[in-house]
Amino acid sequence: MQNRKAMNGMSAAVEALRQIDPEVIAAYPITPATGIPEGYSKILAEGKVTGELITVESEHSALSACVGAAACGVRTATATASQGLAYMFEVLGVASGLRLPMLMYIGNRALSAPINIHCDHSDSMAARDQGWLQFYCENAQEVYDLSFIALRLAEEVKLPVMVCMDGFITTHTYEPVEVLDDKKIKHFVGSYNSKVNLFDFKKPITLGHFAMPDSYFEFKEGQEKAMELALKRYEVLQKKFSKIRDKEYPAVARYKVSQADYVIVTNSSTAGLVKDVVNKLREDGFKVGCLKIRMFRPFPHKDVVDALKNAKGVAVLDRSMSFGSMPPMFSEIKNCFFGNIQSYVFGLGGRDIFEEDIKDVFRKMEKKDYSEKIRYIK
Amino acid sequence: MTLKHENLNTCTGCVAPLVAKLVIDSAEHVVASIATGCLEVASTKYPNTAWPIPTIHSAFGNSAATISGMEIAYNVLKKKGMKEDVKFVVFAGDGGTYDIGLQALSGALERGHNFVYVVLDNGGYMNTGGQRSSASPLGSSTSTTPAGKTRFRKDLTKIAAAHNIPYVAQASTFDLEDLKMKLKKALEVKGPALVNVLTACPRFWRVEPINLRKVVQLAADTCFWSSFEIENGKTKINYVPETKVPVEEFVKIQGRFKNISKEQIQMLQDKIDADWAWLNKEQ
Ligand SMILES: Cc1ncc(C[n+]2csc(CCOP(=O)(O)OP(=O)(O)O)c2C)c(N)n1
Repeated sequence: MQNRKAMNGMSAAVEALRQIDPEVIAAYPITPATGIPEGYSKILAEGKVTGELITVESEHSALSACVGAAACGVRTATATASQGLAYMFEVLGVASGLRLPMLMYIGNRALSAPINIHCDHSDSMAARDQGWLQFYCENAQEVYDLSFIALRLAEEVKLPVMVCMDGFITTHTYEPVEVLDDKKIKHFVGSYNSKVNLFDFKKPITLGHFAMPDSYFEFKEGQEKAMELALKRYEVLQKKFSKIRDKEYPAVARYKVSQADYVIVTNSSTAGLVKDVVNKLREDGFKVGCLKIRMFRPFPHKDVVDALKNAKGVAVLDRSMSFGSMPPMFSEIKNCFFGNIQSYVFGLGGRDIFEEDIKDVFRKMEKKDYSEKIRYIK
Repeated sequence: MTLKHENLNTCTGCVAPLVAKLVIDSAEHVVASIATGCLEVASTKYPNTAWPIPTIHSAFGNSAATISGMEIAYNVLKKKGMKEDVKFVVFAGDGGTYDIGLQALSGALERGHNFVYVVLDNGGYMNTGGQRSSASPLGSSTSTTPAGKTRFRKDLTKIAAAHNIPYVAQASTFDLEDLKMKLKKALEVKGPALVNVLTACPRFWRVEPINLRKVVQLAADTCFWSSFEIENGKTKINYVPETKVPVEEFVKIQGRFKNISKEQIQMLQDKIDADWAWLNKEQ
C-alpha cells in the first residue's frame, strides 16, 4: 500500500529515519539541515522510534559520536550542511577509514566566506575524496527512497554514505511524497549485523590502529575495493528496491538521452529544470537530453560513457568549484568523454538558474560554441 | 589485566600504562576511547594491540565525543536486552584534554554521559616532541617555549568541577592506593566523572630516573599537584603534607625548569599557596 504525503526533503528524511529506526543519531543545528534532528526529536518524544538523539556541542562531536556508536555495532545517522560538514572534516576520513557504515544527510549549502546559507554543492564536493559514498537527490521523494538503498549499500560495503539534497530548494520545499509502509521498509533494510562491535567482550577489538608505512597503504587499497564493490552492489540494491517502489534509481539517470544530439549533465534539483527544458525543446524538434548524476561516489564512469556515446555535444553544469582546476563533476565526465564538452558553473551561493539559461546552453552546443574555460551562468 | 608488554612501546619510566591497568582492573567490562597521543601510539601499532579490553582510537580532540556515542549506543542496546554492565573510560593526554579536546569534553560532561574521563597530564605534547600545552607549568621550557613558559597552567580540574558533575578528582602515581580508590569511585558513580592524573614524563621533564619517585612525591608535598576529590559538590583533600615544601624543591630536580627565573618561582609559590588556601576553604 502506498501513502502520499506532503513533505519537504527534511521531513522525508525524518520519515525514512522513523522507519529505519537507527539506535543513535547525533547532530548539531545548521541551516538548512536542522529540520532533520528537530523532526527526529519530535518523533522521539512521541515514542515513535526506539533510538536516542545526542544533541552534541559541535559537528565534530556529532560525527565523532556517530563513529563511537557505529563502532559498537549499531545503526547511526546524522545531518549537516556547509560549515558543519567542514567542521566534521577530520572525522570524515576516520569514519570511512575505520570502515564504519553510517547515514549522513546533507542539505547542500555554500561554504564561507562570505557566509551564505543558500544552496550550492561546495560543502559535499569538498568532501568527495574522504571515502564516503555520495548520492545527490533531485527531490524529497528521492531523499526518502535513496535513504534505504544508501543505508543498505553502506552496510554491505562497510563505508559511510552521504545523501545530499539541495538546501532550501529540496530541504524546505513541500511536494507530494509516496511513503511505503513500515513493513516493506523493515523487510528491505532488515536488521544490521555489524562485524565490528566494541561490546564483544569475548573477543575485545582495538579499532583505529596506528599504522606504519608497511600497512597503511593496504587500508586505503581496501577502501577503494569497497568503492568498486559499491558500484556493483548499488545496481543490485536499487533493482531490489524497485520491487517495492515500482521505479528504478539508476546511478546515472538518462532522460531522453539515447537519441539526443546534445546532452546536459547535472545533478540534484537542477536536473528537474533541465528535464522541463528538454521537453520544451523536444516539442520544437531539438534533439536534446539530460543526464543526471545520482551517485557521485563511487563515480559510475562506465554508465556515463555508455549514456553519452551518441552525443555530439555535452555540457556539464556544476554547482561548485574546484579552485585552480575544472569543477568536480566536469572533471569526472571529461575523464571518460572525449567529444565536444563544455563546463558551466551555476548557482553558487543560491543564485537562481532559469529556463532561458538552460536553453542557451543547448543553443551554444548546437552552434558548436565551446570554450576550454569554465563558463559561468550568473 | 595489564597492557600487553610485548605490544607496548612506551618510554622507560612512563606511568601511563600503570594508570590504564588500574582502570582496567577496577571493573569487569570496561570499554575505552583513547585520544591520539603517547599512550595511543605506543599501544596500538598495527596489527597488534596492547589493549586487553575493547578500545577505540578515533582522533586527537574527540575522545569524549566518541565515548558519548558509545555510551548512548549502550543505553539503547540495554533497553533492547543487552545484559553486561559496561563501564566507559576515556584516556587522553593534557593536550587532548586541556586544549584541543576541551570543547568535546565540556559537551560530554554537560550532557551527563555515564563515563570516566582519565586525564594523563604530563604537562605537554609529548608524543609530538614536547611542545607546550595549556597544562605546561609557568617557567617550564618546552620545544615551543624554549626560554620557559610565561603563562600559568590552566586549572582543568576546576573547569571540570564547574560542570557540576558527580565526581571530579585529582591524583598522581605518588599514592597508588589513593589513585586506585579514585578511579574505582569514578567508575561507580552514575554520570560523568573526571580523574586528572599527574603522569610524570621522565623524558620531557628531564628528570633523572632515580628522581622519578621523588618528583611525584614533591609534586604532592609542595602542593603543586594536590590530591583531592569533589564528590557531589563536596570537596575533600586526600593528602596533607606534614610540612609544605617550597616549590623550588620540585622545580630544581627537573631539567625543564632550567630557565625559570627567581620571580617565576615566587609566582609559582604564590599561586600554589593561593590554590591550597582555596582548597582548604572549600573543604
Ligand atoms: C587535529 C590534530 N592536531 C594535531 C595533531 C598532532 N598531535 C598528535 S599527538 C599530539 C600531542 C599529544 O599531546 P597530549 O595530548 O598531551 O598527549 P601526550 O602525547 O603528551 O601523552 C599532537 C599535537 C593531531 N594528531 N591531530
